[in-house]
Amino acid sequence: MTKTIINFSNVSKKYGKNEIISDLNFTVNEGEFVTVLGSSGSGKTTTLKMINGLEKPTSGKIIVDTHELDKCDLVELRRHIGYVVQSVGLFPHMTIADNIAVTPKLLGWDKEKIDRTVDQLLDLVSLKSEEYKNRYPGQLSGGQQQRVGLARALSTNPPLLILDEPFSALDAIIRQNLQQEIKALHQKLENKTFFFVTHDINEALYLGDRVMIMNHGKIEQFDKPEKIVANPATDYVKKLIATVRQNKKLWEEFK
Amino acid sequence: MLSEIIKYFQTSSGEYFTYLEQHLWLSFSALIISMIIALPIGYLGSRNKFVAAFCQTFSQLLRIIPSLALLFILIPFIGTGFIPALISLVVLALPPLIVNTILGFNEVPQTFSEVGLSLGMNQFQLLKQISFPLALPYILNGIKLALVEIIASATLATYIGAGGLGTLIFTGLGLYKMQYVVIGAVSVALLSLISMWLMDFLIRKAEKHDKNNY
Repeated sequence: MTKTIINFSNVSKKYGKNEIISDLNFTVNEGEFVTVLGSSGSGKTTTLKMINGLEKPTSGKIIVDTHELDKCDLVELRRHIGYVVQSVGLFPHMTIADNIAVTPKLLGWDKEKIDRTVDQLLDLVSLKSEEYKNRYPGQLSGGQQQRVGLARALSTNPPLLILDEPFSALDAIIRQNLQQEIKALHQKLENKTFFFVTHDINEALYLGDRVMIMNHGKIEQFDKPEKIVANPATDYVKKLIATVRQNKKLWEEFK
Repeated sequence: MLSEIIKYFQTSSGEYFTYLEQHLWLSFSALIISMIIALPIGYLGSRNKFVAAFCQTFSQLLRIIPSLALLFILIPFIGTGFIPALISLVVLALPPLIVNTILGFNEVPQTFSEVGLSLGMNQFQLLKQISFPLALPYILNGIKLALVEIIASATLATYIGAGGLGTLIFTGLGLYKMQYVVIGAVSVALLSLISMWLMDFLIRKAEKHDKNNY
Protein backbone atom coordinates (compact mmCIF):
# COMPACT_ATOMS: atom_id res chain seq x y z
CA MET A 1 0.00 0.00 0.00
CA THR A 2 1.57 3.26 -1.09
CA LYS A 3 1.15 6.26 1.13
CA THR A 4 -0.14 9.56 -0.20
CA ILE A 5 2.13 12.47 0.70
CA ILE A 6 0.48 15.35 -1.17
CA ASN A 7 -3.24 15.60 -1.77
CA PHE A 8 -4.94 18.54 -3.50
CA SER A 9 -8.72 18.47 -3.65
CA ASN A 10 -10.74 21.14 -5.47
CA VAL A 11 -8.00 23.71 -4.96
CA SER A 12 -8.34 27.08 -6.63
CA LYS A 13 -6.39 30.29 -6.26
CA LYS A 14 -7.44 33.79 -7.25
CA TYR A 15 -5.57 37.08 -7.18
CA GLY A 16 -8.44 39.55 -7.18
CA LYS A 17 -10.54 38.52 -10.15
CA ASN A 18 -7.65 36.75 -11.82
CA GLU A 19 -7.96 33.00 -11.47
CA ILE A 20 -4.50 31.41 -11.44
CA ILE A 21 -5.51 27.91 -10.44
CA SER A 22 -8.95 26.46 -11.04
CA ASP A 23 -10.20 23.29 -9.38
CA LEU A 24 -6.96 21.38 -9.02
CA ASN A 25 -7.14 17.73 -7.96
CA PHE A 26 -4.16 15.41 -7.69
CA THR A 27 -2.27 13.15 -5.34
CA VAL A 28 1.42 12.35 -5.08
CA ASN A 29 2.59 9.11 -3.50
CA GLU A 30 5.46 8.74 -1.11
CA GLY A 31 8.79 8.13 -2.85
CA GLU A 32 7.68 9.46 -6.23
CA PHE A 33 9.66 11.87 -8.37
CA VAL A 34 6.98 14.11 -9.85
CA THR A 35 7.89 16.78 -12.36
CA VAL A 36 5.51 19.63 -13.15
CA LEU A 37 5.80 21.03 -16.65
CA GLY A 38 4.23 24.26 -17.80
CA SER A 39 5.00 27.61 -19.34
CA SER A 40 5.20 30.75 -17.22
CA GLY A 41 1.77 31.74 -15.97
CA SER A 42 0.55 28.15 -16.00
CA GLY A 43 0.25 28.16 -12.21
CA LYS A 44 2.99 25.61 -11.58
CA THR A 45 5.00 27.76 -9.18
CA THR A 46 1.84 28.81 -7.35
CA THR A 47 0.95 25.13 -6.98
CA LEU A 48 4.39 24.44 -5.53
CA LYS A 49 4.18 27.34 -3.11
CA MET A 50 0.80 26.13 -1.88
CA ILE A 51 2.43 22.87 -0.77
CA ASN A 52 4.46 24.61 1.94
CA GLY A 53 1.91 27.32 2.59
CA LEU A 54 3.75 30.28 1.07
CA GLU A 55 0.58 30.78 -0.94
CA LYS A 56 -2.84 30.05 0.51
CA PRO A 57 -5.54 28.54 -1.69
CA THR A 58 -8.71 30.60 -2.18
CA SER A 59 -10.74 27.44 -1.81
CA GLY A 60 -10.18 23.70 -1.57
CA LYS A 61 -8.17 21.45 0.70
CA ILE A 62 -4.48 20.55 0.72
CA ILE A 63 -3.08 17.71 2.78
CA VAL A 64 0.68 17.26 3.08
CA ASP A 65 1.94 14.19 4.91
CA THR A 66 -1.30 13.82 6.95
CA HIS A 67 -1.32 17.53 7.92
CA GLU A 68 -4.20 19.67 6.71
CA LEU A 69 -2.50 22.89 5.69
CA ASP A 70 -5.06 25.37 6.97
CA LYS A 71 -5.11 23.70 10.37
CA CYS A 72 -1.47 22.88 11.08
CA ASP A 73 1.53 24.86 12.28
CA LEU A 74 3.16 25.97 9.01
CA VAL A 75 6.47 26.95 10.61
CA GLU A 76 6.86 23.46 12.03
CA LEU A 77 5.74 21.78 8.78
CA ARG A 78 8.16 23.79 6.62
CA ARG A 79 11.10 22.57 8.69
CA HIS A 80 10.35 19.12 7.31
CA ILE A 81 9.91 20.07 3.67
CA GLY A 82 13.08 20.72 1.65
CA TYR A 83 12.87 23.79 -0.57
CA VAL A 84 15.05 24.66 -3.56
CA VAL A 85 14.53 27.67 -5.83
CA GLN A 86 15.84 28.76 -9.20
CA SER A 87 17.69 31.79 -7.87
CA VAL A 88 19.28 29.40 -5.33
CA GLY A 89 18.49 31.77 -2.49
CA LEU A 90 21.62 31.03 -0.50
CA PHE A 91 21.93 33.75 2.10
CA PRO A 92 24.91 35.87 1.00
CA HIS A 93 25.95 36.89 4.51
CA MET A 94 26.28 33.31 5.78
CA THR A 95 28.96 30.75 5.04
CA ILE A 96 28.08 27.58 3.15
CA ALA A 97 28.06 25.63 6.42
CA ASP A 98 25.77 28.19 8.08
CA ASN A 99 23.44 28.15 5.09
CA ILE A 100 23.03 24.40 5.31
CA ALA A 101 22.65 24.59 9.08
CA VAL A 102 19.76 27.10 9.09
CA THR A 103 16.96 24.63 9.76
CA PRO A 104 18.97 22.31 12.03
CA LYS A 105 19.79 25.35 14.17
CA LEU A 106 16.11 26.34 14.27
CA LEU A 107 15.38 22.82 15.49
CA GLY A 108 18.01 23.20 18.19
CA TRP A 109 20.41 20.42 17.18
CA ASP A 110 23.71 20.31 19.03
CA LYS A 111 26.82 21.62 17.29
CA GLU A 112 28.44 18.24 16.78
CA LYS A 113 25.39 16.81 15.02
CA ILE A 114 25.14 19.91 12.82
CA ASP A 115 28.83 19.71 11.82
CA ARG A 116 28.49 16.04 10.99
CA THR A 117 25.35 16.69 8.90
CA VAL A 118 27.01 19.53 6.97
CA ASP A 119 29.99 17.30 6.13
CA GLN A 120 27.77 14.42 5.06
CA LEU A 121 25.51 16.59 2.91
CA LEU A 122 28.35 18.39 1.13
CA ASP A 123 29.82 14.97 0.45
CA LEU A 124 26.45 13.81 -0.90
CA VAL A 125 26.32 16.67 -3.42
CA SER A 126 29.99 16.07 -4.38
CA LEU A 127 31.55 19.15 -2.81
CA LYS A 128 34.64 18.82 -0.62
CA SER A 129 33.52 19.89 2.83
CA GLU A 130 36.93 21.12 3.99
CA GLU A 131 37.29 23.28 0.93
CA TYR A 132 33.82 24.78 0.73
CA LYS A 133 32.13 24.93 4.11
CA ASN A 134 33.75 28.17 5.24
CA ARG A 135 33.32 30.00 1.96
CA TYR A 136 30.56 32.47 1.18
CA PRO A 137 27.98 31.85 -1.59
CA GLY A 138 29.41 34.71 -3.68
CA GLN A 139 32.65 32.74 -4.02
CA LEU A 140 30.98 29.74 -5.64
CA SER A 141 29.91 29.13 -9.23
CA GLY A 142 26.22 28.85 -10.13
CA GLY A 143 26.36 25.06 -10.31
CA GLN A 144 28.15 24.78 -6.97
CA GLN A 145 25.64 27.14 -5.38
CA GLN A 146 22.78 24.98 -6.58
CA ARG A 147 24.48 21.90 -5.11
CA VAL A 148 24.63 23.71 -1.78
CA GLY A 149 20.98 24.69 -2.23
CA LEU A 150 20.16 21.02 -2.62
CA ALA A 151 22.25 20.08 0.42
CA ARG A 152 20.42 22.71 2.45
CA ALA A 153 17.05 21.33 1.37
CA LEU A 154 18.12 17.90 2.61
CA SER A 155 19.47 19.17 5.94
CA THR A 156 16.72 17.79 8.17
CA ASN A 157 16.30 14.63 6.11
CA PRO A 158 12.79 15.67 5.06
CA PRO A 159 10.41 13.15 3.48
CA LEU A 160 9.41 15.70 0.83
CA LEU A 161 11.45 18.07 -1.34
CA ILE A 162 9.87 20.78 -3.46
CA LEU A 163 12.06 22.26 -6.18
CA ASP A 164 11.12 25.34 -8.21
CA GLU A 165 13.04 25.32 -11.50
CA PRO A 166 16.28 24.64 -9.67
CA PHE A 167 18.44 24.22 -12.77
CA SER A 168 16.97 26.68 -15.26
CA ALA A 169 19.52 29.43 -14.63
CA LEU A 170 22.47 27.10 -15.25
CA ASP A 171 24.25 26.45 -18.53
CA ALA A 172 23.51 23.29 -20.50
CA ILE A 173 26.41 21.07 -19.45
CA ILE A 174 26.18 21.78 -15.73
CA ARG A 175 22.42 21.43 -15.94
CA GLN A 176 22.69 17.98 -17.47
CA ASN A 177 25.23 16.88 -14.86
CA LEU A 178 22.96 18.02 -12.07
CA GLN A 179 19.95 16.36 -13.66
CA GLN A 180 21.76 13.04 -13.70
CA GLU A 181 22.94 13.56 -10.15
CA ILE A 182 19.56 14.48 -8.76
CA LYS A 183 18.02 11.43 -10.40
CA ALA A 184 20.71 9.22 -8.87
CA LEU A 185 20.21 11.01 -5.55
CA HIS A 186 16.49 10.32 -5.59
CA GLN A 187 17.15 6.62 -6.16
CA LYS A 188 19.80 6.55 -3.44
CA LEU A 189 17.65 8.26 -0.82
CA GLU A 190 14.83 5.82 -0.41
CA ASN A 191 11.27 6.96 0.11
CA LYS A 192 11.90 10.63 -0.55
CA THR A 193 9.29 12.44 -2.59
CA PHE A 194 10.50 15.08 -5.06
CA PHE A 195 8.08 17.65 -6.45
CA PHE A 196 10.04 19.33 -9.22
CA VAL A 197 8.74 22.28 -11.24
CA THR A 198 10.31 23.02 -14.62
CA HIS A 199 9.53 24.59 -17.98
CA ASP A 200 11.95 22.30 -19.84
CA ILE A 201 10.10 19.37 -21.41
CA ASN A 202 13.25 17.24 -21.73
CA GLU A 203 14.07 17.78 -18.08
CA ALA A 204 10.50 16.95 -17.08
CA LEU A 205 10.36 13.73 -19.10
CA TYR A 206 13.86 12.63 -18.12
CA LEU A 207 13.50 13.13 -14.37
CA GLY A 208 9.87 12.38 -13.59
CA ASP A 209 8.42 9.05 -12.52
CA ARG A 210 5.24 10.89 -13.39
CA VAL A 211 4.89 14.19 -15.23
CA MET A 212 2.18 16.73 -14.53
CA ILE A 213 1.57 19.02 -17.48
CA MET A 214 -0.12 22.29 -16.54
CA ASN A 215 -1.62 25.00 -18.68
CA HIS A 216 -3.70 28.01 -17.58
CA GLY A 217 -4.07 26.71 -14.04
CA LYS A 218 -5.36 23.30 -15.05
CA ILE A 219 -3.78 19.87 -15.31
CA GLU A 220 -3.67 18.79 -18.96
CA GLN A 221 -2.22 15.38 -18.25
CA PHE A 222 -0.61 13.65 -15.25
CA ASP A 223 0.97 10.35 -16.16
CA LYS A 224 4.16 8.37 -16.71
CA PRO A 225 6.46 10.01 -19.28
CA GLU A 226 6.25 7.12 -21.77
CA LYS A 227 2.44 7.19 -21.62
CA ILE A 228 2.37 10.94 -22.20
CA VAL A 229 4.55 10.58 -25.28
CA ALA A 230 2.52 7.62 -26.57
CA ASN A 231 -0.93 9.02 -25.77
CA PRO A 232 -0.99 12.79 -25.41
CA ALA A 233 -4.35 13.58 -23.81
CA THR A 234 -5.01 17.06 -25.15
CA ASP A 235 -4.05 19.38 -28.00
CA TYR A 236 -1.73 21.30 -25.72
CA VAL A 237 0.22 18.16 -24.82
CA LYS A 238 0.36 17.16 -28.49
CA LYS A 239 1.83 20.55 -29.33
CA LEU A 240 4.42 20.18 -26.57
CA ILE A 241 5.52 16.77 -27.78
CA ALA A 242 5.63 18.12 -31.33
CA THR A 243 8.19 20.74 -30.31
CA VAL A 244 10.56 17.98 -29.23
CA ARG A 245 10.13 16.16 -32.54
CA GLN A 246 10.71 19.46 -34.33
CA ASN A 247 13.99 19.91 -32.48
CA LYS A 248 15.00 16.36 -33.26
CA LYS A 249 14.40 17.00 -36.95
CA LEU A 250 16.63 20.03 -36.77
CA TRP A 251 19.45 17.91 -35.37
CA GLU A 252 19.04 15.29 -38.03
CA GLU A 253 19.28 17.95 -40.74
CA PHE A 254 22.69 18.93 -39.37
CA LYS A 255 24.03 15.40 -39.65
CA MET B 1 47.43 82.46 15.45
CA LEU B 2 49.14 79.09 15.94
CA SER B 3 50.85 80.27 19.12
CA GLU B 4 47.52 81.51 20.44
CA ILE B 5 45.95 78.15 19.77
CA ILE B 6 48.79 76.38 21.56
CA LYS B 7 48.48 78.82 24.44
CA TYR B 8 44.75 78.07 24.71
CA PHE B 9 45.42 74.37 25.04
CA GLN B 10 48.18 75.02 27.59
CA THR B 11 45.99 77.15 29.80
CA SER B 12 42.45 75.88 29.29
CA SER B 13 42.56 72.33 27.99
CA GLY B 14 40.24 71.35 30.85
CA GLU B 15 37.60 73.72 29.51
CA TYR B 16 38.09 72.37 25.97
CA PHE B 17 37.55 68.79 27.04
CA THR B 18 34.43 69.76 28.97
CA TYR B 19 32.99 71.28 25.77
CA LEU B 20 34.06 68.25 23.76
CA GLU B 21 32.48 65.91 26.26
CA GLN B 22 29.23 67.91 26.28
CA HIS B 23 29.17 67.87 22.51
CA LEU B 24 29.77 64.12 22.26
CA TRP B 25 27.34 63.31 25.06
CA LEU B 26 24.59 65.39 23.45
CA SER B 27 25.27 63.93 19.99
CA PHE B 28 25.38 60.28 21.02
CA SER B 29 22.34 60.49 23.29
CA ALA B 30 20.43 62.05 20.41
CA LEU B 31 21.65 59.32 18.04
CA ILE B 32 20.74 56.45 20.37
CA ILE B 33 17.28 57.83 21.13
CA SER B 34 16.52 58.54 17.48
CA MET B 35 17.66 55.01 16.55
CA ILE B 36 15.37 53.48 19.16
CA ILE B 37 12.49 55.41 17.62
CA ALA B 38 13.41 55.17 13.93
CA LEU B 39 14.43 51.53 13.46
CA PRO B 40 11.10 49.96 14.51
CA ILE B 41 9.19 52.61 12.53
CA GLY B 42 11.38 51.91 9.50
CA TYR B 43 10.76 48.18 9.80
CA LEU B 44 7.02 48.77 10.00
CA GLY B 45 7.28 51.15 7.06
CA SER B 46 8.87 48.44 4.93
CA ARG B 47 5.92 46.15 5.61
CA ASN B 48 3.08 48.64 5.51
CA LYS B 49 2.56 51.09 2.65
CA PHE B 50 0.51 53.48 4.77
CA VAL B 51 3.26 53.86 7.38
CA ALA B 52 5.83 54.29 4.59
CA ALA B 53 3.85 57.08 2.92
CA PHE B 54 3.37 58.84 6.25
CA CYS B 55 7.12 58.63 6.99
CA GLN B 56 8.05 60.00 3.57
CA THR B 57 5.79 63.03 4.01
CA PHE B 58 7.06 63.61 7.54
CA SER B 59 10.69 63.43 6.39
CA GLN B 60 10.19 65.84 3.53
CA LEU B 61 8.43 68.26 5.81
CA LEU B 62 11.30 68.14 8.28
CA ARG B 63 13.87 68.81 5.58
CA ILE B 64 12.25 72.14 4.78
CA ILE B 65 12.62 73.36 8.37
CA PRO B 66 16.18 74.60 9.08
CA SER B 67 17.84 73.02 12.10
CA LEU B 68 18.25 76.39 13.80
CA ALA B 69 14.51 77.05 13.58
CA LEU B 70 13.83 73.64 15.04
CA LEU B 71 16.12 74.42 17.97
CA PHE B 72 14.34 77.65 18.75
CA ILE B 73 10.81 76.45 18.24
CA LEU B 74 10.87 74.41 21.47
CA ILE B 75 12.00 77.24 23.76
CA PRO B 76 8.50 78.60 24.48
CA PHE B 77 7.36 75.13 25.49
CA ILE B 78 10.19 73.62 27.52
CA GLY B 79 12.68 76.46 27.91
CA THR B 80 16.39 76.15 27.28
CA GLY B 81 19.10 73.64 28.16
CA PHE B 82 20.06 70.07 27.43
CA ILE B 83 16.62 68.48 27.03
CA PRO B 84 15.17 70.80 24.35
CA ALA B 85 18.43 70.56 22.42
CA LEU B 86 18.28 66.77 22.68
CA ILE B 87 14.68 66.68 21.49
CA SER B 88 15.35 68.83 18.43
CA LEU B 89 18.44 66.82 17.50
CA VAL B 90 16.45 63.59 17.77
CA VAL B 91 13.78 65.04 15.50
CA LEU B 92 16.47 66.10 13.02
CA ALA B 93 18.01 62.64 12.95
CA LEU B 94 14.76 60.77 12.38
CA PRO B 95 14.27 61.36 8.62
CA PRO B 96 17.57 59.92 7.34
CA LEU B 97 17.27 56.99 9.76
CA ILE B 98 13.68 56.10 8.89
CA VAL B 99 14.06 56.56 5.14
CA ASN B 100 17.20 54.44 4.97
CA THR B 101 15.77 51.74 7.22
CA ILE B 102 12.71 51.42 4.97
CA LEU B 103 14.97 51.37 1.92
CA GLY B 104 17.21 48.73 3.48
CA PHE B 105 14.39 46.32 4.29
CA ASN B 106 12.79 46.89 0.90
CA GLU B 107 16.06 46.07 -0.85
CA VAL B 108 16.17 42.58 0.69
CA PRO B 109 15.12 40.37 -2.23
CA GLN B 110 11.73 38.69 -1.87
CA THR B 111 13.35 35.31 -2.58
CA PHE B 112 15.38 35.45 0.63
CA SER B 113 12.29 36.06 2.73
CA GLU B 114 10.49 33.23 0.97
CA VAL B 115 13.40 30.85 1.40
CA GLY B 116 13.74 31.88 5.03
CA LEU B 117 10.08 31.12 5.66
CA SER B 118 10.33 27.87 3.71
CA LEU B 119 13.23 26.74 5.86
CA GLY B 120 10.94 27.09 8.83
CA MET B 121 11.70 30.52 10.28
CA ASN B 122 9.00 32.50 12.04
CA GLN B 123 8.72 36.26 11.43
CA PHE B 124 11.09 37.16 14.26
CA GLN B 125 13.74 34.65 13.22
CA LEU B 126 13.45 35.88 9.63
CA LEU B 127 14.01 39.46 10.79
CA LYS B 128 16.94 38.58 13.03
CA GLN B 129 18.78 36.15 10.77
CA ILE B 130 17.98 37.38 7.27
CA SER B 131 16.24 40.73 6.80
CA PHE B 132 18.16 42.76 9.37
CA PRO B 133 21.68 41.59 8.43
CA LEU B 134 20.94 42.17 4.74
CA ALA B 135 19.39 45.57 5.39
CA LEU B 136 22.25 46.56 7.71
CA PRO B 137 24.46 48.39 5.16
CA TYR B 138 21.56 50.71 4.32
CA ILE B 139 20.67 51.22 7.96
CA LEU B 140 24.30 52.03 8.78
CA ASN B 141 24.27 54.55 5.96
CA GLY B 142 21.23 56.16 7.56
CA ILE B 143 23.05 56.23 10.89
CA LYS B 144 26.01 57.89 9.20
CA LEU B 145 23.88 60.66 7.70
CA ALA B 146 22.04 61.14 11.00
CA LEU B 147 25.27 61.29 12.99
CA VAL B 148 26.87 63.90 10.75
CA GLU B 149 23.69 65.96 10.86
CA ILE B 150 23.54 65.70 14.65
CA ILE B 151 27.19 66.64 15.22
CA ALA B 152 26.87 69.69 12.99
CA SER B 153 23.57 70.83 14.47
CA ALA B 154 24.76 70.26 18.03
CA THR B 155 27.07 73.22 17.43
CA LEU B 156 24.00 75.43 17.17
CA ALA B 157 22.58 73.91 20.34
CA THR B 158 24.87 76.26 22.25
CA TYR B 159 22.36 78.98 21.42
CA ILE B 160 19.77 77.35 23.63
CA GLY B 161 22.19 76.68 26.43
CA ALA B 162 23.20 73.08 25.84
CA GLY B 163 26.94 73.79 25.83
CA GLY B 164 29.28 71.92 23.55
CA LEU B 165 31.93 73.02 21.07
CA GLY B 166 29.58 75.68 19.70
CA THR B 167 30.26 77.64 22.88
CA LEU B 168 33.86 78.12 21.77
CA ILE B 169 32.81 79.34 18.34
CA PHE B 170 30.23 81.79 19.59
CA THR B 171 32.46 83.04 22.41
CA GLY B 172 35.24 83.59 19.88
CA LEU B 173 32.90 85.47 17.58
CA GLY B 174 31.61 87.61 20.44
CA LEU B 175 35.04 88.49 21.82
CA TYR B 176 36.69 88.60 18.40
CA LYS B 177 39.15 85.89 19.43
CA MET B 178 39.62 83.98 16.22
CA GLN B 179 41.65 81.19 17.85
CA TYR B 180 38.49 80.11 19.70
CA VAL B 181 36.51 80.02 16.47
CA VAL B 182 39.19 77.99 14.72
CA ILE B 183 39.54 75.50 17.55
CA GLY B 184 35.78 75.04 17.79
CA ALA B 185 35.14 74.81 14.06
CA VAL B 186 38.05 72.46 13.34
CA SER B 187 37.04 70.19 16.23
CA VAL B 188 33.47 69.90 14.93
CA ALA B 189 34.72 69.24 11.40
CA LEU B 190 37.10 66.55 12.71
CA LEU B 191 34.34 64.92 14.72
CA SER B 192 32.15 64.76 11.64
CA LEU B 193 34.96 63.35 9.53
CA ILE B 194 35.96 60.72 12.06
CA SER B 195 32.39 59.57 12.52
CA MET B 196 31.98 59.37 8.73
CA TRP B 197 35.11 57.27 8.35
CA LEU B 198 34.07 55.04 11.19
CA MET B 199 30.63 54.46 9.68
CA ASP B 200 32.08 53.88 6.21
CA PHE B 201 34.37 51.25 7.70
CA LEU B 202 31.40 49.55 9.39
CA ILE B 203 29.34 49.68 6.18
CA ARG B 204 32.13 48.05 4.16
CA LYS B 205 32.42 45.38 6.80
CA ALA B 206 28.68 44.73 6.83
CA GLU B 207 28.32 44.40 3.06
CA LYS B 208 31.52 42.44 2.51
CA HIS B 209 29.77 39.28 1.40
CA ASP B 210 26.52 40.72 0.09
CA LYS B 211 27.76 42.11 -3.18
CA ASN B 212 27.96 39.13 -5.52
CA ASN B 213 24.50 37.90 -4.84
CA TYR B 214 22.45 40.96 -5.61
